Amino acid sequence: MSKFKDTDIQVIIGWVLRLGVFISMLIVFLGGIVYIYRHGHEMADYHLFKGIPVFVQTGAGIIEGILTFRGRAIIQAGIVLLIATPIIRVVFSAIGFMLEKDYLYIGITLLVLTIIFISMLSGYAG
Amino acid sequence: MSIIIFTLIILIGSYFAGLLGSLTGLGGGFVIIPLLTLLLHVDIHYAIGASLISVIATSSGSAAAYVKEGITNIRLGMFLEIATTAGAMVGAIIAIYIPANYIAIIFGCILIFSALASLRKKAENITTEKNYLAEKLKLNSSYPGPSGLVQYGVTHVAGGFFMMIFAGVISGLLGIGSGALKVIAMDGIMRIPFKVSTTTSNFMIGVTAAASAVVYLQRGYIDPGLSMPVVIGVLLGALSGSKILVNSKSSGWLRWIFTVVVTALAIQMIYHGITGKI
Repeated sequence: MSKFKDTDIQVIIGWVLRLGVFISMLIVFLGGIVYIYRHGHEMADYHLFKGIPVFVQTGAGIIEGILTFRGRAIIQAGIVLLIATPIIRVVFSAIGFMLEKDYLYIGITLLVLTIIFISMLSGYAG
Repeated sequence: MSIIIFTLIILIGSYFAGLLGSLTGLGGGFVIIPLLTLLLHVDIHYAIGASLISVIATSSGSAAAYVKEGITNIRLGMFLEIATTAGAMVGAIIAIYIPANYIAIIFGCILIFSALASLRKKAENITTEKNYLAEKLKLNSSYPGPSGLVQYGVTHVAGGFFMMIFAGVISGLLGIGSGALKVIAMDGIMRIPFKVSTTTSNFMIGVTAAASAVVYLQRGYIDPGLSMPVVIGVLLGALSGSKILVNSKSSGWLRWIFTVVVTALAIQMIYHGITGKI
């Protein structure tokens, strides 16, 4: 069995990033077409901060929106995938370090993931 | 303005923001936020949200290319991501509580600073100084140079780490990659060769931005209708930028023009912030 090396992780990470960006941009683009088709002639209004429409605020809302073919729900799904891309990259780094048995860096990678997770929770709280 | 016209204007503006950001190495966020807030009167929170999404797209896209070449120091990036993600989380939380005009003023200041920093002459410095932490953390590495592998060392690990926390806070607060601050931490403090520090900084930007984007997403800063043209435009612009081969002379000119434009935008952001028009 050949030894798993740094260069192997680099190739995998490169692919994860490329695929993540490509797929999420494709989804955003398709959602954009649906959105413009349905709402293109309404007035754009971003002057005051009002948050975002309720149906794209939660995971369940986005899924329901996609099923009813709503453009902004499709766009938001693409954006969520885009945000997830670098996080998935960190997960793959962790797997790479595990295969190398580099315990120090397994710890460091898990710490980064924990911080992102806490950040996610802090958004819900307060 | 109807949504279709609004979307087209943002798409074109974002394309040029991405192109300029990529050619100068400052990133697209620096142009996109003034464009949205000053020209199109978009609320700064929406502008930050959309800009942050475009930052993730461009940095992930270009990081993919750099990682393959083997210049990026993945261990160094991973270690410093502890600092930047923690900082980004704090920055995103601060952004929720401080008034919009303060954000505009801070944005203007960082903008001027980054533009000036990008003009600085880049010297390829290689240190062989021994650092205890760098050895413990296996940060010393090598990259493929024109004549074989170049070995380099890393110094002042603690100092660089603290600078990265600050870079993370700014990124989370303003919705930019804050690449200039990251490069200062690595280039200036940790004495890492320029090629390695720029690519590693790029590699880290996506994760840093994701850490604050998860907060923004739940707070309703990331509006799909607005983010869609921004992210598509900036990414396409950055892609064209990476295809254009700039020779050193014209890129010098370009940097000067960009610095002037950026400084003008920055002063306007600060002015609007102080007079409370943002």
